[in-house]
Amino acid sequence: MNPRWLLGIAALWLALWIPPLRRALETDMALHMAVQLPLLIGIGVGIAAFVREREPRWFADADWLGIPGIVAVVLGTSFWMLPRALDQAVADPPVDLVKFLTLPLLVGLPLGLSWRRMPPLGRAFIWANFIPKLGAIGGLYLAAPVRLCAYYRLDQQATAGWVLIGIAVALGLAWFIAAFVGRPVRPHRDPELPRAAIGNIAIERPFN
Amino acid sequence: MTRGFPILLALVLASGLAALAFETEGFRVATTAGARQLAVARAPRLLPDVRLVDQDGEPFSLAAYRGRPMLIDFIYTRCPTLCGVLGDDLGRIEQLIDAAGAPAPFDLLSISFDPQNDDREALRLYGERFGAKPPHWRIAAPADAAGLAALLQSFGVVVIPDGLGGFAHDDAIYLVDGQGRLARILEADEPNQLLADISELMRP
Repeated sequence: MNPRWLLGIAALWLALWIPPLRRALETDMALHMAVQLPLLIGIGVGIAAFVREREPRWFADADWLGIPGIVAVVLGTSFWMLPRALDQAVADPPVDLVKFLTLPLLVGLPLGLSWRRMPPLGRAFIWANFIPKLGAIGGLYLAAPVRLCAYYRLDQQATAGWVLIGIAVALGLAWFIAAFVGRPVRPHRDPELPRAAIGNIAIERPFN
Repeated sequence: MTRGFPILLALVLASGLAALAFETEGFRVATTAGARQLAVARAPRLLPDVRLVDQDGEPFSLAAYRGRPMLIDFIYTRCPTLCGVLGDDLGRIEQLIDAAGAPAPFDLLSISFDPQNDDREALRLYGERFGAKPPHWRIAAPADAAGLAALLQSFGVVVIPDGLGGFAHDDAIYLVDGQGRLARILEADEPNQLLADISELMRP
């Protein structure tokens, strides 16, 4: 991986931490949960692309089938989904710094490294768990008559609920298409080809 | 699989679950309000002495209540929603106390966190709306900004703008014991449970 990419990732990381952007993303619950948190995880996934070539052999072996890595991802995301943790991150800059370090390094990085080691069925299992859970959390936010976060209003909580449901539906749809229809690898563009050949698309394993 | 696998997995599980247990107080709470309720029940919190002014313009200090348990709620008088519910709740508690006949076991105090808008007249009108009679039930505002900040901090009350010119805030009722300590946080969103809790507390 080009080290220049790493510089870009570091710049994004820093930019997200600088108060105007950090505050802007954290004053709204939906932006906090559906934009800032995924971006921080994405930063870690980006770092993983750089670390992968330099990963020590013993670590790659210890992360058997990507299991320890994906367990770290599940526990880390569960932690930062807690309303109390979100509140503390908003109210307390040192806690926010912990979030800014742990989401990329203890969630995104293991996700990027372990995902490739997981068997296809394992990946499908994670998707099949993650998508309904995301939708259920969204539904919970919509249905809750009380505010779950001290720092977010009830209407913001409802918006966050809709956004999470929207993401769950979009991911579910994308996954459904990938699983049942497959992904076009080399679409035929030649208008001279017969119809049957145009529809002939190679099936790849979903979400590799 | 190598020998490293069980070690790495155990490490990840142990540290991750420990962090979750820490944040949820042993998997018991998920919200800031829940954690605060638990913390207060575990260790009553000594409150600062703050100067306030009530609806009759009478200055008093929180410490003057020492020796008498009290119930406190936090309001702002322009509040179109929650503060009305809180006012009704305290009004019903007042009726419960009156009906009991014995010397009142609690004093009631509604504290405005919006002293800029809540002048003496606004406090008086809010009190009249719910039948508050000082000094037994005072509607008051902190005398200065530092006092307000100290109160919100010590009670753990978070007040945020609601985007419509008002505030979003909690709907809890705070029990302060005779030693001036925040001893219990009662949720006001279940009025029947609240009144049952109060009756329980009133029992000699």
